[in-house]
Amino acid sequence: MRILGISGSLRRDSYNTGLVRTAAALAPGDVESWDGLKDIPPYDEDDEASPATAVVELRSALADADAVLFATPEYNSSVPGHLKNALDWASRPLATNPLRNKPVAVVGAATGAFGAVWAQAELRKVLAAIGARVLDDELAVGSAATRFDETGLLADEELRERLGEVVANLMVAVDERLATAA
Amino acid sequence: MTATIETIAPAGTWALDPIHSTIAFEVDYLAGTFKGDFRDVSATLAVDGDTARLEGVAQVASIDVKDENLAAHLQSPDFFDVERHPELRFAAADVALDGDSVTIRGEITIKGVTRPAALSGTVAPPMTDPYGKERIGLRVTTTVDRTDFGVSWNAPLPSGEPALADDVTIVGDLHFVKGA
Repeated sequence: MRILGISGSLRRDSYNTGLVRTAAALAPGDVESWDGLKDIPPYDEDDEASPATAVVELRSALADADAVLFATPEYNSSVPGHLKNALDWASRPLATNPLRNKPVAVVGAATGAFGAVWAQAELRKVLAAIGARVLDDELAVGSAATRFDETGLLADEELRERLGEVVANLMVAVDERLATAA
Repeated sequence: MTATIETIAPAGTWALDPIHSTIAFEVDYLAGTFKGDFRDVSATLAVDGDTARLEGVAQVASIDVKDENLAAHLQSPDFFDVERHPELRFAAADVALDGDSVTIRGEITIKGVTRPAALSGTVAPPMTDPYGKERIGLRVTTTVDRTDFGVSWNAPLPSGEPALADDVTIVGDLHFVKGA
């Protein structure tokens, strides 16, 4: 199983990167982090004929993945611009993009009380528009500054268990997809 | 007065002429009606005595709208979910005629959900085409609530109203050719 984990936060000690790392710790060998987000240039249709290496790598990483786990912070009540920008690159051309029919799940962490729920909802909408199979699962880690240990991993047992369920549900969706294709 | 299918469709198996037939949908969207159809369709009408059975299939991957990105969205899990549910189906064994009017009660399957549906419309009586084949034509429609089948995408308008209606009219212009 290859689940690509994409954090929507670029900050070194990001809580959302911590969610992806925690998912990888909960499902060792099944979840791998992709950290090329900062290298993705602004989307420009003029550049589509020769996209940047980072874009090619993103598309390749998505194509090779069985599923994708997104962990997003919330900027001004929405998805961080650089994450949306990367998805805009990945979605072209829409009819054949690597996220099409791919099981994806969205989780999020924020220092506020609500845990990036609006950004998560918007990201789910974007991913559905791109053609992904978006799981209904939600995980909103609010008050993030108190939820992670000194190594940056999610410490709250209940939240860890819930994150593990999200990853497990992604695996179920992948198995269902493989069964359909067989 | 209700007649049997036999009165205007002689017994035998009638196959759809897929080139001249259309299985289309119409749904209110914003200020107007949005229409599309399926290019890859098949159907048979089997008439045996006073009973008739109609079965039809439309391939979701063949959905035909005027923009390829819209077609991709309509095939995605947001709408028809072609990967899991590649076909739309209709099957009926209850065909009732009244003059040139027809009512066909059966079951329609969309996105893996099967529900009762009644098609109604008109039948063009048998005629012989230039190639010596017998033909009949059916023009039938039914309206379904797409949310009953899990096709639930929508977007809110500034007014709070949804952009896309729930009720979808399915229109079949079905040209049947009698088999050997």
